[in-house]
Amino acid sequence: MKFGVVIFPGSNCDHDALYALESNLGQKSVPIWHQSEDLQGCDAIVLPGGFSYGDYLRCGAIAHFSPVMGAIKRFADGGGLVIGICNGFQVLTEARMLPGALVRNASLHFACKTVLLEAATKDSPFTSECPDRPIAIPIAHGEGSYQADEQTLDTLEREGRVAFRYVDASGAATPQANPNGSARNIAGVLSEGRNVLGMMPHPERAADPALGLTDGRFIFESMIGALSLAR
Amino acid sequence: MSVITPELVREHGVTAEEYERITERLGREPTLTELGIISVMWSEHCSYKSSRFHLKGLPTKGPGILVGPGENAGIVDIGGGWAAAFKIESHNHPSFVEPFQGAATGVGGILRDIFTMGARPIAVLDSLRFGPLDDPQTGAKNRHIVKGVIGGISHYGNCFGVPTVGGECIFEPGYSGNPLVNVFALGVFKHDEIFFGRAEGVGNPVIYVGAKTGRDGIKGASMASEEFSEDSEAKRPNVQVGDPFLEKLLLEACLEAMKTGAVLGIQDMGAAGLTCSTCEMGGRSGAGVEIDLKLVPQREQGMSPYEIMLSESQERMLLVAERGREQEVYDVFHKWGLDAAEIGTVTDGGLLQVKDHGETVALLENSFLTDDAPLYQRPYTEPYRSGPLDGPAVADVDGPGAKAALVKLLASSDLCSKRWIWEQYDYQVRTNTLSGPGADAAVVRVKEAGVSLAMALDGNGRYCSLDAREGAKLAVAEACRNVSVTGGQPLGATNCLNYGNPEKPEIMAQLVAGIEGLGEACAHFGAPITGGNVSLYNETLGKGIYPTPVIGVVGLRPGMEPPQPVDFQAPGRTLLLLGGLLPGSDDQLERRFGSSQYAKVVTGELWGLPPALDLDFEKRVQDATRQIAREGLAESMHDLSDGGLLVAAVESCFGPKRLGARLEIETDLPLYTSSFMKPRRACCSPRRKRTSTPFAGSPNRSASRRCRLAKPSPITASTCG
Repeated sequence: MKFGVVIFPGSNCDHDALYALESNLGQKSVPIWHQSEDLQGCDAIVLPGGFSYGDYLRCGAIAHFSPVMGAIKRFADGGGLVIGICNGFQVLTEARMLPGALVRNASLHFACKTVLLEAATKDSPFTSECPDRPIAIPIAHGEGSYQADEQTLDTLEREGRVAFRYVDASGAATPQANPNGSARNIAGVLSEGRNVLGMMPHPERAADPALGLTDGRFIFESMIGALSLAR
Repeated sequence: MSVITPELVREHGVTAEEYERITERLGREPTLTELGIISVMWSEHCSYKSSRFHLKGLPTKGPGILVGPGENAGIVDIGGGWAAAFKIESHNHPSFVEPFQGAATGVGGILRDIFTMGARPIAVLDSLRFGPLDDPQTGAKNRHIVKGVIGGISHYGNCFGVPTVGGECIFEPGYSGNPLVNVFALGVFKHDEIFFGRAEGVGNPVIYVGAKTGRDGIKGASMASEEFSEDSEAKRPNVQVGDPFLEKLLLEACLEAMKTGAVLGIQDMGAAGLTCSTCEMGGRSGAGVEIDLKLVPQREQGMSPYEIMLSESQERMLLVAERGREQEVYDVFHKWGLDAAEIGTVTDGGLLQVKDHGETVALLENSFLTDDAPLYQRPYTEPYRSGPLDGPAVADVDGPGAKAALVKLLASSDLCSKRWIWEQYDYQVRTNTLSGPGADAAVVRVKEAGVSLAMALDGNGRYCSLDAREGAKLAVAEACRNVSVTGGQPLGATNCLNYGNPEKPEIMAQLVAGIEGLGEACAHFGAPITGGNVSLYNETLGKGIYPTPVIGVVGLRPGMEPPQPVDFQAPGRTLLLLGGLLPGSDDQLERRFGSSQYAKVVTGELWGLPPALDLDFEKRVQDATRQIAREGLAESMHDLSDGGLLVAAVESCFGPKRLGARLEIETDLPLYTSSFMKPRRACCSPRRKRTSTPFAGSPNRSASRRCRLAKPSPITASTCG
């Protein structure tokens, strides 16, 4: 499979995504500059973490005007797999490719730590390989509190589009397990077509056994599995 | 017409003698711009005029040292054709005046020092000192400073995309009016990718890149060379404002421009901005530099030559390119959306010539500003001591007393978990962090070279305030021990010397003794000094800080395996103490106890002497520790430090497995000294696959550990267990 990792000027998890895909998961992966509209024939697109354009306005607000985003929208409309991680999730909501918004953490502080997630649906190309137990994946963000109006949240739940929830070790979505005040403990959501995922936690940081965490691989392996079936 | 009045000279922090020297060398009065240029270059911050003489005694050479002091950062060889550049720098004064931006630009400044050499930063550590948070008088202000500083570090480092992987944070009343913010950064690159801040080749273009110049931070270097008074708040405009996003663009653009081969020399504009970068680049190569200020990108209108030369606007670089290949450089910077403009040329003759719309406003010899800056051998007496030699008699504690003291210590601001700080830092970005904050040393892998680097920052103002020389040695010993615990072999060190006013002989004596102590210990542990920073005048209203040399040690580990953890891994293991407990024949024990955390937290006093240090013995302990770590003999390991054996043992219980420990201490020493005092050396280590009798009657989560802490013991493990 060929993955494309978009590089905005302020992306800083781009190298990490490229490394995880290439070295940990053995996939071909290429960088895609934000000024380019050429997705280089990639099978899936990763919008990595970072601070796309400094994010002094709103996270991801400026990034969605970049030339590459037009190409990515067309790619997604055609059913292509797009995963936005952290800042990538923020960009996807700003671009209206996903509902809701990411606001400042309830603590008002940046938070970097490992959290537990439940894959709230297995019915997606990003979660099909996730186990039934909670998976451990790090977060690193200051503005990761997922918010949307009640109606949107209800719709997301009804349609099984909540991809991940913050949970405790027993799998319960408690307030204590919620690291940033996200509505209904939501850590990741799917698009209507289920081919676009946005998530605040960093699966690319949990793909290398040498770093002690490997649960992020389930997400990439789900994508690889879905792409293989599609071929 | 004379514009330079004695008041103006004084306002610039230039003494009458120094001014005489200026007029003598120039053969005329300086212009205002020249006076500004000279005053910042001759400031303590830029010239090291009080410390330079003594710094010459530091060990700077070693087998792994590729570049020593004098450049933007020191460089060590890490094997496989790869090298690491690292340095520590202070941003104490700005962080007091404006904590958030002061700390943020401190991170920005040290990162530029690293990537101006051509290295990509991969780790930041910070060493912080604040006043107590609960003090009735100063607490509110201290909390404001802490919040701002941590927010600033988090903001800048996280956005830039460099992991903040470790550091230390200590609270003492002496830092209330003068916090310390020392930031260390490390970057990696190949040997053939090293760049220097030199202006080479007459006729080559001098190119300005990065942010536009504004009026922020004018004379910041001079501010950093003065004591503070009550109106220091008025100095807020002297603090620069940081933009980490712009810095990230500058990093990528600089590294990319360097790869074109068109860049010959490059230097960041840090303290003293355009002034420092022009005359230092010229000074290092012996060439001259001529610039015209009308060509400098500016974000404000009507800036005077004086303001442009002295602005400390952040995220700017000066580079010299090969004539005819400028466009290659411009293309890269424009790709990243950054300004790049030719503002002058390299000349011969060693002069710095500054023009404004063609008219010369400053003409000075580079050497006059750099190598020939004033050098003072300030008088010094005996180092000032912050406490008496003898303190109160400390009653020995029984079991319940020890427990109460232990709880108090664990809850104290210095020893409690600093998770609330480091969770605000992204310590994982770049996915190289093998061991992050909370461990004895940070360990970061270098995938390209197949090795990993251990890094630790240590300083102990409390020890240094009682014995400036021994305290400095202890700081080096501790940093090296932290690196050794992870299996790292010290390669080199960088120092940040935070002291008070060197014009006071007893403070100058602290500095002199501290440098001597550092030098002796660094030489002993094979960790030469590759560079660093001196921060003097850390005083507010005439009250100085504890002398606080902070040392950063970088060690090399073969391979990229994570080190053994700090916390206990399984019940039933044996616990070993390496290096013995305390020297049996030390008749100064009671005095040495006065510098302990127990004395600070439980008795609330400071007296006596720092812990005894035997450099030879310490080195043997570290060598043994390193070998144990490298051979994977220990399941977990932790260095004994502040709070002594009990605190180290309890810290090792705080892992996710929530294990307990049982220690049996057989010693003639009073319980408080054996349990709470920092030993001369040592670390403790449960050894893999060695079990002992389970602790009868303990809850099942609790582990049994037997550790017979006998007499001062040889460092072999056989006397324990």
